[in-house]
Amino acid sequence: MKKHLLTAFLMTVATTILLGLVYPLLITGLAQVLFRDKANGQILYRNGEAIGSRIIGQPFTSAKYFQSRPSAAGNGYDASNSGGTNLAPSNQKLIDRVRADATTWHAGNPKQLIPVDLITTSASGLDPDISPASAEFQIARVARERGIPEETLRNLVQTHTHQRDLGLLGEPRVNVVELNLALDDLAPKP
Amino acid sequence: MTFNGWLQIVVFLALIFAVTKPLGVFMARVFARERTFLDPVLRPIERLLYRVTGVDETHEMRWTEYATTMLLFSVVSMLVLYLIQRIQGVLPFNPQHLGAVAPEHLAFNTAASFTTNTNWQAYSGETTMSYFTQMAGLAYHNFVSAAVGLALAIAFIRGIARRQMQTIGNFWVDMVRASLWVLLPFCIVGALLLVSQGVVQNLKPYDTVKLVEPQLVQRAGPDGKLVVDASGKPVMDSVTTQTIAQGPVASQEIIKEWGTNGGGFFNANSSHPFENPTPLSNLIEMFSIFAVSAGLTYTLGRMTGSAGHGWAVWAAMAILFLAGVTVAYWAESKGNPLYPPTVDQRAGDSQPGGNMEGKEVRFGIAASALFATVTTDASCGAINGWHDSFTPLGGMVPLVNIMLSEVIFGGVGSGMYGMLIYVVLAVFIAGLMVGRTPEYLGKKIEAYDVKMAMLVSLVFPLVILSLTGISLVKEFGTVGISNPGPHGLSQVLYAFTSVAGNNGSAFGGLTVNTLWYDTATAFTMLLGRFFMIVPMLAIAGNLAQKKYVPPSLGTFPVTTPLFTVLLIGVILILGALTFFPALSLGPILEHLLLHAGKTF
Repeated sequence: MKKHLLTAFLMTVATTILLGLVYPLLITGLAQVLFRDKANGQILYRNGEAIGSRIIGQPFTSAKYFQSRPSAAGNGYDASNSGGTNLAPSNQKLIDRVRADATTWHAGNPKQLIPVDLITTSASGLDPDISPASAEFQIARVARERGIPEETLRNLVQTHTHQRDLGLLGEPRVNVVELNLALDDLAPKP
Repeated sequence: MTFNGWLQIVVFLALIFAVTKPLGVFMARVFARERTFLDPVLRPIERLLYRVTGVDETHEMRWTEYATTMLLFSVVSMLVLYLIQRIQGVLPFNPQHLGAVAPEHLAFNTAASFTTNTNWQAYSGETTMSYFTQMAGLAYHNFVSAAVGLALAIAFIRGIARRQMQTIGNFWVDMVRASLWVLLPFCIVGALLLVSQGVVQNLKPYDTVKLVEPQLVQRAGPDGKLVVDASGKPVMDSVTTQTIAQGPVASQEIIKEWGTNGGGFFNANSSHPFENPTPLSNLIEMFSIFAVSAGLTYTLGRMTGSAGHGWAVWAAMAILFLAGVTVAYWAESKGNPLYPPTVDQRAGDSQPGGNMEGKEVRFGIAASALFATVTTDASCGAINGWHDSFTPLGGMVPLVNIMLSEVIFGGVGSGMYGMLIYVVLAVFIAGLMVGRTPEYLGKKIEAYDVKMAMLVSLVFPLVILSLTGISLVKEFGTVGISNPGPHGLSQVLYAFTSVAGNNGSAFGGLTVNTLWYDTATAFTMLLGRFFMIVPMLAIAGNLAQKKYVPPSLGTFPVTTPLFTVLLIGVILILGALTFFPALSLGPILEHLLLHAGKTF
């Protein structure tokens, strides 16, 4: 028994060094050499200043930008406090929120149905994407606000649409951070 | 539901089918201590480990010694994890200067959680755990708790395969070989694959970036309520920056799936873009959850000399998996009936549609429903969408999967020994039906074996239902409920089912970092793990010493489709008998009321 206890202790220490330190540090080293940008979070820079990560969503609420999905991470898109609402489908709070948001969106664009991803919160609260339908839904507004033709915007959305991985996996999507940065490059905010 | 969605599901199952035999053969060789192509690298490390820890690798253990060493190792490594959390403030790799994990019951809960392969998360990773704790504490346990599970499954299979022997292997050797041969090599490859997709792997402090569009937000007090000034207007704060949590994520992410652990580096788990950035990384992660457990069915067939039996078990698992994913995908695709008609919930080529609350756009409905099914079929518990926000029937699928003891491929090792308990019961019932002493692969199944199997099957629902009941009638239990109505019952039921089954996923709205939930779930996790293991090892030890009985005309064959059907029947009937009343008060009632237009 005493011998087993000693072995248990030594085994914990030895395997912790191997699996808990050597392994993750080895991976860190390899990742930093092989995939430097991705291993560090794909930070984007503008004029030498860090302005976000390519794959972490940001809040966009003004009419001049393509707006992102609502977020439950902290105050919204808090990337040090990820999470969802965890509201049940039968929770009155969820239904109230969706109805209120739908009324606002519908007033801004009564001609089209609102794609459901645009009025639901994501799981991480950091979803960088909206669906192509949600981008299309906002094109008329952004074009009006920025004074650029809708066709130009439609092309911009198209070039920033990621198709399914390997033509099969997941869903087509538009990265809102990338799209809005491209939008600023195309037509600086008036 | 779309054609593309179904194609994703079929391709996933085809990949699991393809990996079953090669991985199964490999594991059979590893645990029989035959040569493998990794020996030149790993054998010296293995020998070094035995030398420094004083393990005699030729020593064989009876089941009692095997169980004792397994328990000692679990207790010691659990205490070390508790200690690491409590002193992380003075340990290295802590660029955010996070203090000790507090209160004590949270650190205790987390230690129990990771030692038992549950990875229930009462904490939020990025605000609580230092990089050192994540690597040497949590990710370390992701390895060894899976290795322990794998060792136990192999010990059980040896019990079936051996004849008139007193021993079932050496725990230390099985655990070390599981870690070095089965877990580590794939994790090195898999971690780098994940980094190539965008999973981060660094030791730097969190980044602070300037928002492209600064925001005005209403200030919330510590109680979550909005703060108003003297004139009753909300107080607004200007938010101009975003703090982006970083860390050594990829190395932990891959073992979290490959070892069916499930504890996220970040609070949002595998829905966080830094844990699961693309649909391809999502596929790699789901594949990793099932691979080892699928392979073990082939290992079972090979070690017991009946490859057909391994495939018959595989088929039962695959059928139950398909049934679950079909219901979940169908329910989630239908969306929420109470959303206004101005909202478009139909799936198409330019939008995922369906119930998107708590789901990511890149995964959509199919890959989210698939992930939820996979993670609860296995005892993983990672999530890429919040199960709490699933539709009532969509959320019932993960719950039922765990209630069936996570034997649909199941956790690494634990899925196999859990399934073998059902196999013993199925063979026993078949024996009763034909009126002969039941036999299983040449071993007579007798009263002792069936008693032990029933002990396992009864303790599980007893713990779940009694603790759920207590929580629902006591203030300290109901105070944690965030979704009122029948869904509140589902939240509590899910919590105790998840911890008893060592899954670790949750209906996340439930506030679980309280004295009651931290303590009750911690003990349930320990009970769910070790109370299951000890009777299981007793059966293994008992089977190992039995004589071989050659099959006769009266032997019920365990390689046929009939056996597969019987096995599925036993699993479903046992599960339904114990849990149907609770389910009808939770998700089923919620489904009916929701479609009648009732909210809470």
